[in-house]
Amino acid sequence: MTNGWIDIKNTDMMLIMGGNPAENHPCGFKWPIEAKLRRNAKMIVVDPRFTRTAATADLFLQIRAGSDIAFLGGLINYAIQNNRIAKDYLINFTNAAFLVKEGFKLPDDGLFSGFDAANATYDLETWNYEQGGNVGPPPAAPAPSSGETTGDQLKTGQEPARRFERQSEPVRSSPSTPPDKGPSSAGGVMSSQTGGGHQAAGGPGAAAQGGPKPPPPLPPNTAYDLSLQHERTVFQLLKKQFSRYTPEMVERITGIPQDKFLKAADLFTSIRKDGDMKKAATIIYAVGWTQHTTGTQIIRAAAILQLLLGNVGRAGGGVNALRGHCNIQGATDMGGVFDIFPGYLKIPAPSDVDLATFLKRTTPTPSKPDVWDSYNYWSNTPKFMVSFMKSLYGDAAKKENDWAYHYLPKIDRKYSWTEMWDFMYQGKVKGLFAFGMNGVAIGPNSRKNIEALKKADWLVVCELYPEETAEFWRAPGTTSEQMKQINTTVYRLPGAGFAEKDGTFVNSARWLQWKHAAVPPPGQARLDQEILARIFLKVRDLYKAEGGKFPDPIVNLWWPYTTPENPSLSELAKEINGRALADLTDEQMFPGQTVKAGQQLPGFAWLRDDGTTACGNWLYSGSWTEAGSQAQRRNTDDPSGLGIYPNWAWSWPANRRVMYNRASCDPSGKPWDAERRQIWWNEAQQKWVGNDVPDFKTDSNPQDHMGPFIMNPEGVGRLFAPLAAFVDGPFPEHYEPSESPIANPLHPSQSISPVAKKYDADLDKFGTPEQGYDVVCTTYRLTEHYHYWTKNNPMNVQLVPEPFVEIPAQLADKIGLTGGERVKVSSARGEYVAKAMVTKRIKPMMIDGKETFQIGIPIHWGYRGIKEDQGKTARNPVNLLSPAAIDPNAFTPEFKGFLVKIEKA
Amino acid sequence: MDLSRRTFIKTTVVGGVGLSAFGFDLAPVYAQTQGLKIDRTTETRSTCPYCSVSCGVIIHTIGDRAKNVTPQVIHVEGDPDHPINRGTLCPKGASLEDDINNDRRLLKPQVRRPGAQDWEDISWDQAFNEIGAWVKKTREETFVEKDQNGYTVNRCEGIGWTGGCTDTNELNYLAVKTMRSLGVCYFETQARV
Repeated sequence: MTNGWIDIKNTDMMLIMGGNPAENHPCGFKWPIEAKLRRNAKMIVVDPRFTRTAATADLFLQIRAGSDIAFLGGLINYAIQNNRIAKDYLINFTNAAFLVKEGFKLPDDGLFSGFDAANATYDLETWNYEQGGNVGPPPAAPAPSSGETTGDQLKTGQEPARRFERQSEPVRSSPSTPPDKGPSSAGGVMSSQTGGGHQAAGGPGAAAQGGPKPPPPLPPNTAYDLSLQHERTVFQLLKKQFSRYTPEMVERITGIPQDKFLKAADLFTSIRKDGDMKKAATIIYAVGWTQHTTGTQIIRAAAILQLLLGNVGRAGGGVNALRGHCNIQGATDMGGVFDIFPGYLKIPAPSDVDLATFLKRTTPTPSKPDVWDSYNYWSNTPKFMVSFMKSLYGDAAKKENDWAYHYLPKIDRKYSWTEMWDFMYQGKVKGLFAFGMNGVAIGPNSRKNIEALKKADWLVVCELYPEETAEFWRAPGTTSEQMKQINTTVYRLPGAGFAEKDGTFVNSARWLQWKHAAVPPPGQARLDQEILARIFLKVRDLYKAEGGKFPDPIVNLWWPYTTPENPSLSELAKEINGRALADLTDEQMFPGQTVKAGQQLPGFAWLRDDGTTACGNWLYSGSWTEAGSQAQRRNTDDPSGLGIYPNWAWSWPANRRVMYNRASCDPSGKPWDAERRQIWWNEAQQKWVGNDVPDFKTDSNPQDHMGPFIMNPEGVGRLFAPLAAFVDGPFPEHYEPSESPIANPLHPSQSISPVAKKYDADLDKFGTPEQGYDVVCTTYRLTEHYHYWTKNNPMNVQLVPEPFVEIPAQLADKIGLTGGERVKVSSARGEYVAKAMVTKRIKPMMIDGKETFQIGIPIHWGYRGIKEDQGKTARNPVNLLSPAAIDPNAFTPEFKGFLVKIEKA
Repeated sequence: MDLSRRTFIKTTVVGGVGLSAFGFDLAPVYAQTQGLKIDRTTETRSTCPYCSVSCGVIIHTIGDRAKNVTPQVIHVEGDPDHPINRGTLCPKGASLEDDINNDRRLLKPQVRRPGAQDWEDISWDQAFNEIGAWVKKTREETFVEKDQNGYTVNRCEGIGWTGGCTDTNELNYLAVKTMRSLGVCYFETQARV
């Protein structure tokens, strides 16, 4: 979440889509309801099913699973066509005015410019900004704009940057109020070679193996046109891109009738009626958006819409992911995915031959009109990285050995979830640790994961309950003869439950909250950190005793824990926060302060790249300072009334509760809404102050025109995402799911994403409507159950004892099925049998003129659970059905919107 | 106990307009005997392990202060001070006591040997010894020091780590530390699936 749970109470408008918080985040859902009750906020819910969230909405639209970009694209188009956009925000805080390189092509035929069909990748050459400063029309007489004139635009006599600022403070949206050409147009001081960019330089695997082509850099001085009239401005391209998403097209793709769509579009964009900036809208989503081959681009579309409407950074605004587990936000922050280290640091590629090369590739340089300012916070990457290396290897990481950079693995392909199972299926991944991760039940294509495990040498499972992965070798249907052929050694280790462990979880709102252990683990069960530490120490002993391949990172790993075989989580939490390794002073930023050697760091601003600081995760620096654990704070004061609770727990980064909160103010530093004051510029103090921690350079005068999106090298929000930010295009485009009932109405010849990955092992089968797979299937959760866990809890099992398939009444009638009868659902990959729940919550839809049915299956069952063990259910995980087709950006599988057929069982 | 007493009082007040068979009002006495089961518990502040709302929960235990006694969780409730959930819990959070005290919990390490059709018990020490040997063997078999272009890559290609959704930040950090030092590249959690 850019914002937070409680902050939702500040909103005026909600779009809840791709999530069902009333049922899946019930205690957080009180805040949307609070907004309805206290602010008369409106709620629009878009979902394939009429959920309990939908039941509280002002407007509900039933959508076909997998068509979200078409809907959001329609909203973007509507907002632009009806001028329901935040013009000043757009010009000052986004890249709307930036020019895109000549040769960039929109995907009218389904392909952006630069497609390489042989490798199914894009060449990024044209996915970039143009170099060159102001290309807009010359200054003209002031014209009315947003009901005001920019009276000070004619002030002159300032030095060039200031003159720009004076003229454009705030930069108004009228086409006739651009500044004259900045000094930059004559060629900047920076060579075009120095332009880089977070995610701009190709990451591991971004280029082909064998001497990857260096990615093009971002230009240091981007061309721009504040009038937004130039045909290659981001704004004009955006307008053109989404002009194809007409209400008619939205209806054909999503199944939402035009009149209903227009009602929703009018309602959502009504907050920007007549250019009023007071109101704020929020977008709330969950895995209903991420679990598609276009998942990342769905969220991109939401971000674009929120930037267009000026909703990011504001109380009651933002783009808010409701994460589905207690600590997957934390897992992501901590580098819990193959391609990052803690704090979203990149993992090196083979061609990053030393730390300097790696840092050069991954540390962005500013890219913006050179008269604007960009904080470019990722310029601190070297400090974060060297401090991380010190945290990993202690004294063994020193300047002389390049901070032990050669200890780290270097990767050039995607070692993601589905990839791992595919390589295990090929016999190449021979050992697997599963610490609380039930890969068979999670899927996708559970059958393939079961078969993959049969080919592994060993599997170590640390769990609380019997579950599917540890017992893959006796999955239903496995005969005892077959079992004898399965040579995998499986260790099942009893771990500790949440009440038996301390440590921090990070919620959706980025709050780190410490929990305390209440009881010891039962029986012989042990704490997870002890289990992991003892395994590691055993491996280390073996390498110390026997030697082996490159033992250095193993034997030199910094392991300073009081009880080495059972490190305490508070020690680890302190290590994550970071500490000084020498006395530190910083007269410029922290005059008069010293952090003594050995002390906990007050925050990441103290990190150094010279080996005098160690920090496990820069993003969490400040969470355990000399004042103790900030995550344990329990102060219930909320002075601003905005639900900030600044002294309850601790929020990354730097205890900020709303990210990008500089954008809650107009360009001059005044809050857009005087009643929801988050931060503001204090002219007397010459700094940003307020109720929240400013997400900004605190002494940056608004006149300097520093962009509020400080993590982007542009400093502004990206309507157009350049270079390698997203591998499937700088703008979102609707592509059909990997299995779809129709050909893409926008470009039937390029129906699915050209770069989405589908696996092609013999078990990776995909079905088509022609083969009879013509029902759209989506998976979901119930309030009473949690993933594949509560099937072991007698209370939850009592509440919802067995699985079911939710089937539209019309479809049930068609095949002569009544509620409670058993139904068989088949996909190209597997079968699933459960009772039918015949419902009116899902209605038949007309998709591109064709009657289409959708069904829904809750995910919570498998073959080990209370009812499963009693033989009272069919003992089949639902992910036997789902396909291994993945989003090429986030590598998330398409659990929603695949094709099935159904029959009476 | 409670039930029988309540039943007794209920039956004895029939027709008695609030008075018991004893001829006087038992309500104050009844109220006094109703001690809450959490009167003598230790309260531990925790966080619900399910969705990402992070509802504050209070875990009530008895026996914490005694020697040679394993504390027992007797109640779990929403934390009324928590700014987000304000004491509320959903059906999952409200049944956390049955997650903590659950007779399906795994209580001992076990191993399934190649070709076997069931689990067998194994001591922790033996399990750690065997797993340590497996990890070294697989790392030695699949470690790549240099790639086809001659670049140093130091990758262990044959081992995967998959961490769970309720692993704490601190455990996740320890996993990064240990696994990445082994050269593990398949490093995944619930974060994307």
